Amino acid sequence: MYVSVKGGERAIAAAHKLLAEERRGDPEVPELTLPQIEQQLSLAVTRVMSEGALYDPELAALAIKQARGDLVEAIFLLRAYRTTLPRFATSLPIDTGRMDVRRRVSATFKDIPGGQVLGPTFDYTHRLLDFDLAEPKPVAAPDAEESEPQAAQPMPSVAAILGQEGLLEPEEPGDESAPLTDLTREPLSFPAGREARLQALARGDEGFLLSLGYSTQRGYGRNHPFAGEIRMGDVTVEIQPEELPFPIGIGEIEVTECQMVNSFKGSKTKPPQFTRGYGLTFGHGERKAMSMALVDRALRCRELGEEPSSPAQDEEFVLYHCDSLEASGFVQHLKLPHYVDFQSELVMVREMRERAAAARKAEAAE
Amino acid sequence: MSGTETGYNYAYLDEQTKRMLRRVILKAVAIPGYQVPFGNREMPMPHGWGTGGIQVTASIIGPDDVLKVIDQGADDTTNAVSIRSFFAKTAGVATTTRTEEATIVQTRHRIPEKPLKEGQILVYQVPIPEPLRWLEPRETETRKMHALSEYGIMHVRLYEDIATHGRIATSYDYPVQVNERYIMRPSPIPKFDNPKMDMNPALQLFGAGREKRIYAVPPYTKVKSLDFDDHPFEVQRWDESCALCGATDSFLDEIVTSDRGDRMFVCSDSDYCGDRQAARRKEAAE
Repeated sequence: MYVSVKGGERAIAAAHKLLAEERRGDPEVPELTLPQIEQQLSLAVTRVMSEGALYDPELAALAIKQARGDLVEAIFLLRAYRTTLPRFATSLPIDTGRMDVRRRVSATFKDIPGGQVLGPTFDYTHRLLDFDLAEPKPVAAPDAEESEPQAAQPMPSVAAILGQEGLLEPEEPGDESAPLTDLTREPLSFPAGREARLQALARGDEGFLLSLGYSTQRGYGRNHPFAGEIRMGDVTVEIQPEELPFPIGIGEIEVTECQMVNSFKGSKTKPPQFTRGYGLTFGHGERKAMSMALVDRALRCRELGEEPSSPAQDEEFVLYHCDSLEASGFVQHLKLPHYVDFQSELVMVREMRERAAAARKAEAAE
Repeated sequence: MSGTETGYNYAYLDEQTKRMLRRVILKAVAIPGYQVPFGNREMPMPHGWGTGGIQVTASIIGPDDVLKVIDQGADDTTNAVSIRSFFAKTAGVATTTRTEEATIVQTRHRIPEKPLKEGQILVYQVPIPEPLRWLEPRETETRKMHALSEYGIMHVRLYEDIATHGRIATSYDYPVQVNERYIMRPSPIPKFDNPKMDMNPALQLFGAGREKRIYAVPPYTKVKSLDFDDHPFEVQRWDESCALCGATDSFLDEIVTSDRGDRMFVCSDSDYCGDRQAARRKEAAE
């Protein structure tokens, strides 16, 4: 009898119960705590904060726990929460030049004022499984020699050094009194301004941007990139209350910034000089920041008089498809019932087959 | 107004967002069939599950409303159940499965079989709002084509269908022209439902969340399914009638009942079918 879709409510409740059980796993194994996720899966936390567009490590950890480690699902959870939050103020632009730097490398100069700082990086690790990590170990006492505090040195950005000679295109601030596009409040429209583009890319899926950035390196919209500077560390977020004559700091956030420097032969209006692509993420997100910078530069093709010819240079293609919430939702909605549409197609295909068969028969009879 | 679900505003969205949505809806009603861009919000359901329709409903719903939600014509499909309980929880609103009792009907893929009345609002969930999208992937281009009523490519496509297949090979999401101006996608309803849109006394609102567009067909507006004089628009027909209620005038779903390929046909509109079955039982009892 016809029972296929009845009892939806009970089925949903049962599915939720099963999900909760699967999430918990074997109850003999101790449950994960949020501080454990925040501290020990910190790169997952920062990815969820970046693409979830909300700086809150604790909530990001909760989202990761709830999503059973599915980061795209965790990003969704955080976004859906974020969109309900009231807005108290708009912060001033963060000044990464005043960053409390924990990592800073430049691939364009051997030495730079302030020096190169490797910081906590996977870059020179050998990717050998460390079987010592398999079992929890007591924490070793900090090494007295190595924990010597560094004297704070000013670290001017590499872009500023190149800029002094006019070799690098200046980064002109736009009209600061003009209202900024806010993608979380307004729909994307084209041509998108750079601020809208950078917002979309900052929230965009890391995997998608990584592959697009990679495609530019393999010749699909080549833009000759150099990693001018990658810096990671803490910056102060400031707001300017109307009633005060000075800005006040409301907290610190960890960010990763990538200034990509790209060769440029010049155009009718611009002399040969280096151009830029820009990437910024919350937390330590180098892969994403670098990919974002490559794609940002690729998307500047029109502005720089280059002929767009590749997917990474196609603004509508990139910006409409980079959001993991939109992509994941629409791909997975194919799971929802489509009985009616399918039935309509069935009716049509049968009629067309009948018509074709009748036509063949008539032909054979002739 | 505080919601029934602690921690969230009435009907989930904050009042600023609802105001923005209502302005967009008013504009959509003023320009029938025109896709108005809006600032989509992340909803607690995924895109593709009806976030556009849900945002439209959330912005128009009030405590006195009675909500009906259908998916594939039925009230008891899982996603319809989920959306109905979302509004029952966040808006404390009364829900119904009866088309005639509802003030708002949110739908995916069908228009109810029972005629709608003045004062009712039908909210469609729309996956892709742009009727020209498969012909031209670029939004910048399609917006221009709408602005200039440059719909030649659509007619060419329909003509090519006839040339190749002897008929227009579109069975759902069949394009319509609204108020003799904009070409509009009716959302993936079967073309069987297209005639119901024409001069409908109810207000029809269309929400596409992921694509960030809202459009509308005001009450008593002309909605014409595209066709040619020598190939007039036709709806699907079945040789069978509904196995449960005997209806011959409704859209039938095909249910496979055995692995030998046995089939039965039943109404996709569960409310319509239920009413007819009840009437039959009553008749039989008398």
